[in-house]
Amino acid sequence: MSHDRPALSRIVLDILCSIAPEVDPATIEPDRPLRHQVDLDSMDWLNFLVALHERFGVTIAEADYAQLVNLGNVLDYLLARLDREGA
Amino acid sequence: MIEFKLPSLGADMDEGTLLRWHVKPGDAVQRGQVVAVVDTSKAAVDVEIWQDGVMAELRVQPGEKVPVGTVLATLLAPGEVAAPAATSLTAPAAPTVPVAVPQSAPAVPPQPALPRVPEFEKALPAARHPVSPSARRRAREHGIDPDSVHGTGPQGSVTLADIEAAVAARRPPLPVAAAPDRQTEMRKAIAVTMSRSKREIPHYYLSEPIPMAKALAWLLQRNEGLPITERILPAVLQLKAVAAALQRVPQLNGFYRDGAFQLSTAVHAGVAISLRGGGLVAPAIHDVGAKPLELLMRELADLVKRARAGSLRSSEMSDPTITITNLGDQGVEAVFGVIYPPQVALVGFGRVAAGPWVQEGEVRALPLVTATLAADHRVSDGHQGALFLAELRDLLQQPQALAERVTPASAKVARQEGRHEP
Repeated sequence: MSHDRPALSRIVLDILCSIAPEVDPATIEPDRPLRHQVDLDSMDWLNFLVALHERFGVTIAEADYAQLVNLGNVLDYLLARLDREGA
Repeated sequence: MIEFKLPSLGADMDEGTLLRWHVKPGDAVQRGQVVAVVDTSKAAVDVEIWQDGVMAELRVQPGEKVPVGTVLATLLAPGEVAAPAATSLTAPAAPTVPVAVPQSAPAVPPQPALPRVPEFEKALPAARHPVSPSARRRAREHGIDPDSVHGTGPQGSVTLADIEAAVAARRPPLPVAAAPDRQTEMRKAIAVTMSRSKREIPHYYLSEPIPMAKALAWLLQRNEGLPITERILPAVLQLKAVAAALQRVPQLNGFYRDGAFQLSTAVHAGVAISLRGGGLVAPAIHDVGAKPLELLMRELADLVKRARAGSLRSSEMSDPTITITNLGDQGVEAVFGVIYPPQVALVGFGRVAAGPWVQEGEVRALPLVTATLAADHRVSDGHQGALFLAELRDLLQQPQALAERVTPASAKVARQEGRHEP
């Protein structure tokens, strides 16, 4: 299974919008910290990660949370995991 | 006959609009069951009933705005027979069939246990305005009292079109259309409550930096290897620590009403939850001291989700004994809160971040959080407040012991009874 980045990005932004419905996905800059662009508290952030876990079946270790700062980081992380874990 | 009244859903609510009933006359209900949805200035709230029984009469119709304490419905206690209603149904027939009754008794139930006819028809036998038969039939189908409908026909008679209009009117308003209005209403409600708080409650404020290294290390270890859905946030440990510290300083937990403090043995922590688009609610997690961390985490996640989706329950809105607010995620160091009346204290947590800490004569960088207390000087003094924060600090240095600490939920029964009676 191949994962192309733009498609993955759309899914991730959909998930983000399900948690923060006021967000316009077109305005999210991939290299700026997500939590500077979207009002996410720790519960929202956890729900975001849970949704990624459920959607993609990837394990996100707590120790890895610090790597996931901007959208680019999240996509990198998911792509690496998807390649490694499965497919 | 028991009267089911609109409960107060917080100090900032003095009226509510019934959106819909989940029950109809004749339905058996159990204590804790959600029977109606009521719109407050802050959210649509699922209203629970606190008495087993059978619904008798729904006195308030969807779309009506009524003050707190209004009788929404009546219900029969378990075993109670609908005496007045049943009598009025059978009484006129009684004198005419005195002989026939004994023979036919097995076939004909002497008293209908549950009236099949909508209650309002018996309560108001004489219509104030004429109601056309088709209108009356349609009204019955929709459970609407035709006498409550404004008639536009001849002599103010109620027509089929009037009933249709009433049916359409009681559909709950679309959330999208209601949104801007809700914002204004919520801001108004917060203004009223917070002004009252600052006017009536002599606040005093304390703050204390708390080392979080041990708590965070413990959490990291505990969460390691667990699926993401079972991991616990630091906020949950803080919540638990507040409940435990209140055992030592109970003067901060309860209500100030009618010039006196009512202490609560159970800790129902109102958790301040900001809503997307503005405003906040602080619904309760019940019996925090009696629950393990895993359960608190699940309940907190569920509460946040439901608060933002606007589906809170009446018990969550009406009985927090203290409020906890956590603004650390937004990056502030400390929050000095405004007490939510009739509560007497509010505990605030700022962000957890590395800061200088002197340990054994050396300055070290440690994760710290600033905990604050806003408390009511009519009930407690700074001394007790200081004891509370010191206890909170100490408890967070022993996370394992804190996690294992589960107080009996002794107050649960007391909480459920005697509630919802304004």
